[in-house]
Amino acid sequence: MDMHSLYLVVPLAPLAGALLAGLFGKTIGRSGAHWVTILGVAVAFAASLAIFQDVQAGHSYNGSVYTWLESGGLKLEVGFLIDPLTTVMMLVVSFVSLMVHIYTIGYMAEDPGYQRFFSYISLFTFSMLMLVMANNFVQLFFGWEAVGLVSYLLIGFWYTRPTAIHANLKAFLVNRVGDFGFLLGIGLIAAYCGSLDYVQVFAKGPQLASMSIELFAGAPWMLVSVICICLFIGAMGKSAQFPLHVWLPDSMEGPTPISALIHAATMVTAGIFMVSRMSPLFELSEAALSFVLVIGAITALFMGFLGMIQNDIKRVVAYSTLSQLGYMTVALGASAYSVAIFHLMTHAFFKALLFLAAGSVIIGCHHNQDIRYMGGLKKHMPVTWLTSLVGSLALIGFPFFAGFYSKDSIIEAVALSHTPGAGFAYFAVIAGVFVTAFYSFRMYFLVFHGEERYDQVPHDPAHHDQHHDAHHVQAPHESPLVVWLPLVLLAIPSLVIGYLCIKPMLYGDYFAAAIVVGPEHHALAHMKEEFHSSFLMALHGFSQLPFILAISGVALAWLFYLKRPDLPASIKKTFQPIYTLLDNKYYFDKFNEWFFAGGARLLGRGLWKAGDQVLIDGVLVNGSAKLVGWVSALVRLYQSGQIYRYAFSMIIGVFVLLTLWMHRV
Amino acid sequence: MNFLMPDFYPAAAEIFLLAMACVILLLDLVLTQKQRWIIGLLTQATLVGCAVITIMTASGQVVLTFSNMFVDDLFADFLKLLVYFSVSVMLVYSRGYLALRGLDKGEFYLLVLFATLGMMVMISASHFLTIYLGLELLSLSLYALVALDRDSARATEAAMKYFVLGAMASGLLLYGMSMLYGATGTLEIGGVAQAIYHGVANKTVLVFGLVFVVSGLAFKLGVVPFHMWIPDVYQGAPTAVTLFIGSAPKLAAFAMTLRLLVYGLFELAEQWQLMLMMLAVLSIALGNLAAIAQSNLKRMLAYSTISHMGYMLLGLISGVAAGDRHFALNAYSSAMYYTVSYVMMSLGAFGMILLLSRAGFEAENLDDFKGLNQRSPWFAAMMGMLMFSMAGVPFFVGFFAKFSVLLAVVDTGQVWLAVVAVFFSLIGAFYYLRVVKLMYFDQAIDTAPIKANLDMRLLLSANGLAVALFGIFPQAIMSLCTFTLLRSL
Repeated sequence: MDMHSLYLVVPLAPLAGALLAGLFGKTIGRSGAHWVTILGVAVAFAASLAIFQDVQAGHSYNGSVYTWLESGGLKLEVGFLIDPLTTVMMLVVSFVSLMVHIYTIGYMAEDPGYQRFFSYISLFTFSMLMLVMANNFVQLFFGWEAVGLVSYLLIGFWYTRPTAIHANLKAFLVNRVGDFGFLLGIGLIAAYCGSLDYVQVFAKGPQLASMSIELFAGAPWMLVSVICICLFIGAMGKSAQFPLHVWLPDSMEGPTPISALIHAATMVTAGIFMVSRMSPLFELSEAALSFVLVIGAITALFMGFLGMIQNDIKRVVAYSTLSQLGYMTVALGASAYSVAIFHLMTHAFFKALLFLAAGSVIIGCHHNQDIRYMGGLKKHMPVTWLTSLVGSLALIGFPFFAGFYSKDSIIEAVALSHTPGAGFAYFAVIAGVFVTAFYSFRMYFLVFHGEERYDQVPHDPAHHDQHHDAHHVQAPHESPLVVWLPLVLLAIPSLVIGYLCIKPMLYGDYFAAAIVVGPEHHALAHMKEEFHSSFLMALHGFSQLPFILAISGVALAWLFYLKRPDLPASIKKTFQPIYTLLDNKYYFDKFNEWFFAGGARLLGRGLWKAGDQVLIDGVLVNGSAKLVGWVSALVRLYQSGQIYRYAFSMIIGVFVLLTLWMHRV
Repeated sequence: MNFLMPDFYPAAAEIFLLAMACVILLLDLVLTQKQRWIIGLLTQATLVGCAVITIMTASGQVVLTFSNMFVDDLFADFLKLLVYFSVSVMLVYSRGYLALRGLDKGEFYLLVLFATLGMMVMISASHFLTIYLGLELLSLSLYALVALDRDSARATEAAMKYFVLGAMASGLLLYGMSMLYGATGTLEIGGVAQAIYHGVANKTVLVFGLVFVVSGLAFKLGVVPFHMWIPDVYQGAPTAVTLFIGSAPKLAAFAMTLRLLVYGLFELAEQWQLMLMMLAVLSIALGNLAAIAQSNLKRMLAYSTISHMGYMLLGLISGVAAGDRHFALNAYSSAMYYTVSYVMMSLGAFGMILLLSRAGFEAENLDDFKGLNQRSPWFAAMMGMLMFSMAGVPFFVGFFAKFSVLLAVVDTGQVWLAVVAVFFSLIGAFYYLRVVKLMYFDQAIDTAPIKANLDMRLLLSANGLAVALFGIFPQAIMSLCTFTLLRSL
């Protein structure tokens, strides 16, 4: 098979699976549904591997597959851009998706919506692959919205729960805010470049850089800065960056497999991918880069703080995801796009692992999610314990683990960056290391070590699945093979992928064609001079500040939650105001509900009263209906059926035309 | 005077059709009532044969013959194929309807064939006389078809009105043509264009003739104020004949308009554009407003035709702006696209009325469509798609038709005209969507099961789906329109 058809196979195989499982779910049954979808994704993964080989051999592809519409010189097309950046994303997406598909067999075994779930996650895989493979903004936007839609459907998968419905609505609305910016950015590009094709737009980049646009009269802005910031606002929504982060923690209402797939490994990283893809544009705007850097730094640090006080196992991981997305964004802001993609990749593996492990713990504990009522699971769930440990070590950046290579590279890149705001960002990422280590190991110790507290769980109607029953006093048990196998398969890359890939991805020329870095942003070049080998970098890591901070974080967690469990309570009492602030998530939700939701309701009520009832109903609808009725009654009256009237109107017509034109001539 | 043997080859399809019509005429005398089906089959075969000949003889060049009275170009070939196709679809739709009413006589098929011949001659005319010849052949056949149901008072009244007014319109057209002849000294369309271009024609006489020609065309297209026959004829004629009048002749009328105004009088474009613009705005406004008050579906579709032809004219009037002619191809192909998609929708909509009619019952009132969804969800969906398409809802073919003519209007800078057109199409959406509402949300009054032949069911379904399909892939027809026009102008 030639490569072109292979490119098509990658997105279409999961789509076929999704359609089969979704439309014929009843016919093919539960096992039929998981077989077709897993087969579809497996084919996509295999094809991605083959394409990866091909790209390694130096081939790349950029071309359109189908022209949907052509209007006024603007082409709306479906097309693929296959280059190193795309293939990395394709591999990550299809691999994690495959793992999650397998895991779902065990996790959703008793759920009545089994086929629907498989259909959705395969549809998600299709959309995400379309997004990353796009060679133009239209398809990017299509994929962007499609993953958002599936995310919405999956957060509200258990649609009988009010909390799930609230959460998916929130995710949808917050993403609308981001998408608004994204669409404005795309619109500006279409208006000023006359094309939506990546290559053509990038070629016009230097021209854009010299143009300016007046957003407010008398205050010209650099056009390219406005475009980049608009695009980045889209990324802020999708990748949950401050202050559009509020939807991600609530999205944990969805089933755990999708938290792993969508809200940790792939969809939320779409924003990071998009900015990297747009590196030729972002490199032209110092202002946009600085904006990206500061937003990322705020997210990285302050979302980490929130993770320290959460008690829901999935929410801890969710805040950790927010914080790690912040790290990636910081890397983007420091023009270290390849480092951001590198962290995206390692994070996808270890965060998917942590989420799936959390899901395994939840099954083991009979759908209790509160880490205060776990403890001592190490001996009950050995595989989950070991893989979680690997994941946590990778997350905190312990040398030799995958996360160490990517996170340390980010910190170094920020330290060497001169983009305005880099000082603050450096502080945020370095402090973030300590915070990350603390909350990760707080969770790890509370879940897997210490005394067993699973028999103390109070009955909480808000957090149980439909198939919850009264056996939560039973001892936890290890999960079935289909659940722990993906954990093991994800633990392997979490261990070794950083060690293996750092050299080609960061310091080789792997991304040379796909990512553009301006000559003034030379952090990576500096790092390249100091880099000798993966092994030496890890050894060197043991003596560095991040390692010391990470170890102190772990030690503090050990002290608080294993050695002296009484300490946290007394600290909480001492710093009550800070705790309350964190517990209310900096009051963002309350503010949004009061200001935006309340304000929107107030505005809506006003418009309804004044606009709808008086103006539209009263004047426009009833008024125009009366007018239309009156006119058509008049026409009916004249159309009497008498032929002389018909002839008369024709003669009048000729007469009027004749008079007018004879007069003109 | 020498008689030169003309080249018959470009007119082979017309000659074939004429020969077949004579064969059917003779055959009709000897066949018994039970063997009547042969005539229907033979008529269909004739149309297929014409299509084959038209395709075989298409040269892609502009070929003139019969002393420059007849032209064969890609534009004519394309439109003729569409005419055969829609006549053939019409015959399938109306077979059951006519049989139940005892109207499936040889006359019907013969008149349809002669009307088809008339349309073909109109489409290929390059001379005022050929245009008139084709027009009269078509019109006379149609008058007779409307009166096919001799015992129906309504039908005979409609036929009488149509005949009297049609004769008047022919007179107007003929008078206009004679004026043009007086001004230019030739009846050939190409010659007229040459004469005006060289400035040898008297401007006053030209414009005088132009007004009459435009009036005649306006009658044929059925635009305000030359539209009054349409509602009565549409309602009075047997539905099968209404279906015929509402489909293929629109293509021929479009071809005639294009041949006369664009091929012949392009130099006067600024004049006739303004005339047609007035007629278009009046048609769009009156058609949409009056349709709302109708309770008879055939009458409602008649007013809808008036407004649709108004929209089509929007494309024709956007060819030249301030002396700049480079909009022409785009504008005329959008008008052509509009006509083609209108014919497609019109076939489907009248086909639905035929589907629901049965012996002694005409499903021509809006109330007859109430609760159609309970009786047949599939055909309710088809009718729904046709109505959505007529209303111009994306992504149906009607949307792209409206979109392309509006784009043509905006291109020439007449934004106000586009706004007016959109405003009235908004009003028009009401009565199309009312049909959808009746079908889905009201209780059925008529609960008889739907009986129709398999071929009709399949074709009608295909028609409904085509409206959606060509809405998703609008480029297919659009590029054909642009291509054939480009090769023929």
